[in-house]
Amino acid sequence: MQKKILKITNEYGIHARPAALIVKKASAFESEIFFEKDENKVSCKSIMSLMTIEGYPGSELTVITDGPDEKEALNAMELLFLNKFNEE
Amino acid sequence: MNETKEIILKGIGVSSGIVVAKAKLLSTDIKKIQRRSILPKNVKNEISRFYKALDETKKQLHQIRKKVANVIDEEHAQIFDSHVLVVEDRVLIGDVESAVKKDLLNVEFILQRVAYQYAETLSNLDDAYLAERSIDIKDVLRRILSNLSEDSVAHLREIDDECIVVCNDLLPSDTAGLNANKVKAFVTDLGSITSHTAIMARALMVPAIVGLNNITEKVSSGDIILIDGAKGMVFINPTKKTLKDYKKRANNQDLIRQELEGLRDKPSETLDGYKVPLTANIELLEELEGVGAGGARGIGLYRTEFLFLGVEKLPNEDEQFKAYSQAAISQKPSPVVIRTLDLGADKMPDGLESRKEKNPFLGNRSIRLTLARPDLFRTQLRAILRSSIHENIRLMYPMVSSVQEVIDANLLLKKCMNELDSEGISYNPKVKIGTMIEVPSAALVADKIAPHVSFFSIGTNDLIQYTMAVDRGNEAVAHLYKPTHIAVIRLIDHLVKICHRFNLWSCVCGQMASIPHLVPLLVGLGVDELSVSPKEAPLIKDVIRKLYYSDAVELAQKALICESSNEVEMHCIEMIREIAPEALEFTE
Repeated sequence: MQKKILKITNEYGIHARPAALIVKKASAFESEIFFEKDENKVSCKSIMSLMTIEGYPGSELTVITDGPDEKEALNAMELLFLNKFNEE
Repeated sequence: MNETKEIILKGIGVSSGIVVAKAKLLSTDIKKIQRRSILPKNVKNEISRFYKALDETKKQLHQIRKKVANVIDEEHAQIFDSHVLVVEDRVLIGDVESAVKKDLLNVEFILQRVAYQYAETLSNLDDAYLAERSIDIKDVLRRILSNLSEDSVAHLREIDDECIVVCNDLLPSDTAGLNANKVKAFVTDLGSITSHTAIMARALMVPAIVGLNNITEKVSSGDIILIDGAKGMVFINPTKKTLKDYKKRANNQDLIRQELEGLRDKPSETLDGYKVPLTANIELLEELEGVGAGGARGIGLYRTEFLFLGVEKLPNEDEQFKAYSQAAISQKPSPVVIRTLDLGADKMPDGLESRKEKNPFLGNRSIRLTLARPDLFRTQLRAILRSSIHENIRLMYPMVSSVQEVIDANLLLKKCMNELDSEGISYNPKVKIGTMIEVPSAALVADKIAPHVSFFSIGTNDLIQYTMAVDRGNEAVAHLYKPTHIAVIRLIDHLVKICHRFNLWSCVCGQMASIPHLVPLLVGLGVDELSVSPKEAPLIKDVIRKLYYSDAVELAQKALICESSNEVEMHCIEMIREIAPEALEFTE
């Protein structure tokens, strides 16, 4: 299992478009991928769950990956956050 | 064992026959999602319905996305990417699946509940943008729900698995064109013995039970149900014992039917040689074949409005001419009574404009509608006149309530004759004209109408409804609808006397003529002819052939001085039990 705290740095936070992007990316991995924030833990492979995460700009959340490709999954998620979800 | 608990329901049997088949639940309204229990063994079926709807929804969303990308731009099209993700959302799908398994409820109800929970969470979030996403979820939900309702009644015509159709109610336009080889029976929440579900079921020779109140809440698609159309009994998940008992009864009924088939070519007359011609009511040309096979001779009532219902384009003069001629040729030399359009109220074709009426059954229907729409009426009258080169064609106006309507209709008919004369098209200028008597006012002024016509045909369904002011489709008052009400018997008696005074022919073409124990009463009152659905003809002929006319007259005289409808009913049943007890096997 891998864990890392990530900061949301894009202008509008995790709204529908970034959420869709996260789900698409996450679904490419075999590992389970979760976001944890304020005691709310949701699967990154579900847009419905993901949208219930209060991903405001500037806030932080923990990404947790668990499975055979957990390292790669974690890196991919981190990259999405660093690239501000390809927004700018 | 709990999962195969037998549920027994009692409704109104409107078309006889014993059938066992899988239920197919059709809903008439997709906006209202009902909560419905399902059996553990149907969970799989319920979930596969869900997956099918999801696939269909995905396909539609991809198409919409493509269209938006082409017509608007790629950025807007991406909105539908997140819609697709909702449809593919494994948490949502998983939640729905496990809730269906756990709560044993229909998937529509569960899906709505689960999706609304998500939407609710989103709209409560402290974020306007996210809150707005709840609208997206609701939008997708609506789409999935409408795809789930492949079981909408609109798909009735496409049914190609053997089944018993279960629904709230059926309209004539729903049933037109359905596959009677696959639909083994109808059972509905609403309706009465004379509702259109009932008429269509008999026309299609499909057993049916109506007025079951809430069977749509008790049955799931795929449940095995057994119905006894004659007694109005429905068994959901019947036990082995029930199945065995009914197998026996079905065999018994088959034997009786086979025996009655032997009556096909025997004359329709009483034991003392009094002839009561037996004709058929038909809605569709497909039924013509069954008329002779059932032992009827000729058509006492051809309900032409069914040519106009459930079609994309209203039939023109030539098309109508062809249909009427086909009916005439098939029955020669027996008469074929073509009734002009009885549209309005619960029967309105898609192509005709109509105003919403507060009381459609007291509104612009039938002869009133056709007199107000001379274009429509003229086309039909011309078609009927042209088909009258076959001498067995008769013409009949429905729902006449005053003599003026007959005069007006005859005037238009005369105009059509003049037109045909000048066009050099042949017809029978002496074609016999009759009217339906189904409004009490018409029955009471029958002596005024008589000089303008050659025959009367009593439509007992409406006559009873209008005499007693009872809506036959309203469960709360349906029990007041009584064919043996003394007012009804007096009206028939009055009418038959006028017929005899003016030397007119009288017929009963309503449901009353198809009820075996009421046949001796009608014959005894002096009705000249009975017109019934082809399916009922063998049974009715059986009763006529076992009857002494003198006994029938005596029964009618007794009925006229009875105190109550129950008393009349009792005398009638007593007589049938004595002369043709087998007929009771097919009635309630």
